Amino acid sequence: MNEKIIEKGLLSITLCLFVIISLIIIFLVHESIPAFTHFGLIRIFTDMRWIPDLNLFGMLPMIVSSLLVSFLALVFAVPLSLTTAIYIEELSSISIKNLFKPIIQTLAGIPSVVYGFFGLTVLIPLIRDFVGGDGFSVLAASIVLAIMILPTIITLSQDAIRNVPFEYKQASFALGSTHFQTISKIILPTALPGILTGIILGLGRAVGETLAVLMVIGNVNQIPSSILDSARTLTSNIALEMGYAMDIHYNMLFVNGVILFVIIVVLMALTMCIQHKWGC
Amino acid sequence: MDLVKKIFFTSSGMITVAILLVIVSYILIKGLPFIDFEFIFSNPIDSGKSGGIFPMIISSLYLLVLTALIAVPVGVGSAIYMTQYCKSNTFVKVVRFCSQTLSAIPSIIYGLFGFAFLIMFLKLDWSLFTASVVLAIMSVPTIFQVSEISIDSVPKELIEASFGLGACKSQAITSVILPSAISGIFTGIILALTRAISEAAAVMYVVGSTFTVPLSIFDAGRPLPLHLYILASEGVSADNAYATASVLIIIVLVITVFSNYCLNRYQNKMEGL
Repeated sequence: MNEKIIEKGLLSITLCLFVIISLIIIFLVHESIPAFTHFGLIRIFTDMRWIPDLNLFGMLPMIVSSLLVSFLALVFAVPLSLTTAIYIEELSSISIKNLFKPIIQTLAGIPSVVYGFFGLTVLIPLIRDFVGGDGFSVLAASIVLAIMILPTIITLSQDAIRNVPFEYKQASFALGSTHFQTISKIILPTALPGILTGIILGLGRAVGETLAVLMVIGNVNQIPSSILDSARTLTSNIALEMGYAMDIHYNMLFVNGVILFVIIVVLMALTMCIQHKWGC
Repeated sequence: MDLVKKIFFTSSGMITVAILLVIVSYILIKGLPFIDFEFIFSNPIDSGKSGGIFPMIISSLYLLVLTALIAVPVGVGSAIYMTQYCKSNTFVKVVRFCSQTLSAIPSIIYGLFGFAFLIMFLKLDWSLFTASVVLAIMSVPTIFQVSEISIDSVPKELIEASFGLGACKSQAITSVILPSAISGIFTGIILALTRAISEAAAVMYVVGSTFTVPLSIFDAGRPLPLHLYILASEGVSADNAYATASVLIIIVLVITVFSNYCLNRYQNKMEGL
């Protein structure tokens, strides 16, 4: 009797997860329906203007900026994190390896607002003085994001590299290849699915990051014509306008949320495809 | 040639370390001089231009404890159900998919949802309670996933042996499975809670924003990251922003060092037995 109650109790707890995600989807969709019917699905994705006072709610610039900033962050972060992961797993000694663990953990643990603050006080003056523009730019945002997603990509790449069967390495050495040949021809190709998963997760984090980006990107709503231009992302738009948005404007911010949600689900589906295809 | 490659990889490892060192030391050098007893234990004056951060520390502590109280039972409980009781494969897949989706959702969407559901729909007031509900929802998937893995990796022989000695399922869980999996579960909880207390975007529209010390969980509050965000983005006070950022970094460092220390000790103890 007692056992049955425990089982039922645990089952109801587990169902919480299911209930929560349903609630989130229901509320996002429910709150954004008025906006879709009011402004039209196609115009939301094609209109360039976001002027809430004039009832203009085009999201194209924000979508473009969000994707641009995140991909640029990958461009900075992927080479560094991959080479770091290879260094930690393949080339460093045990003691250095142990040293890296808390370092990566700390890097992952620092609040995103602190990264944003660092970008605001250090990166922006540097960009203003040495690269050009007023500093608040796509470039600054993508550097901040790149630093933030380093730990994600490094950790997952490390796991993938560590999981390459030791026999593969032994066989490669036995065939007379050097360590670096083994790394590039055996280890990296075998670890590729795991590394890709890490990169996509990093991309997801970059797309979803809000305040750190908001603090350094300038938030001018436009399609940036260079990486030194200011821009506004989907996430920062929600954070900036949620405080005072009313009526249709309020509903529009949920459309923002829905678009973000869809991007994240697509990225997740992509990782699942990768895992399914390579069977890991 | 191989030497060149080795130097290349080593230097990129060093760059990663350097990035962390530069960020941490820059903020600590700028912020530590402003941290003293008074900064920690006094209220902010003039919306944060001077004075301390005592109410923010208390808010963050409240959030930490409340989030843990809500998220740990749900996360660990569902992990136990999924690994020990659940017999349906489809159910396992569905729940895993839900938790993966939840952990991928950007924090601002949680903020949006919290505002629409808790504040607008349930008509709750802005408070530490609503904020910790949102943070708990964010933390559950991490705790669940890590707990599931560590419970799954408890040796089957151990569980069967406890059944063999006449233990019932709940006894096996509390006296065999959980003690063996606790170090993994603990890691998951620490990971999730560190993220929860460093979160600002998810709570900015559900926590209210006051400068007074919250007395109960139904008071509005202002956690440290949100305070830092407001200080920095509204240009209130650079010095106080550096000091607040330093406090946050010190908290993260302490948690990282402390949890690694506990884990090592626990693992050594388990291996010694």
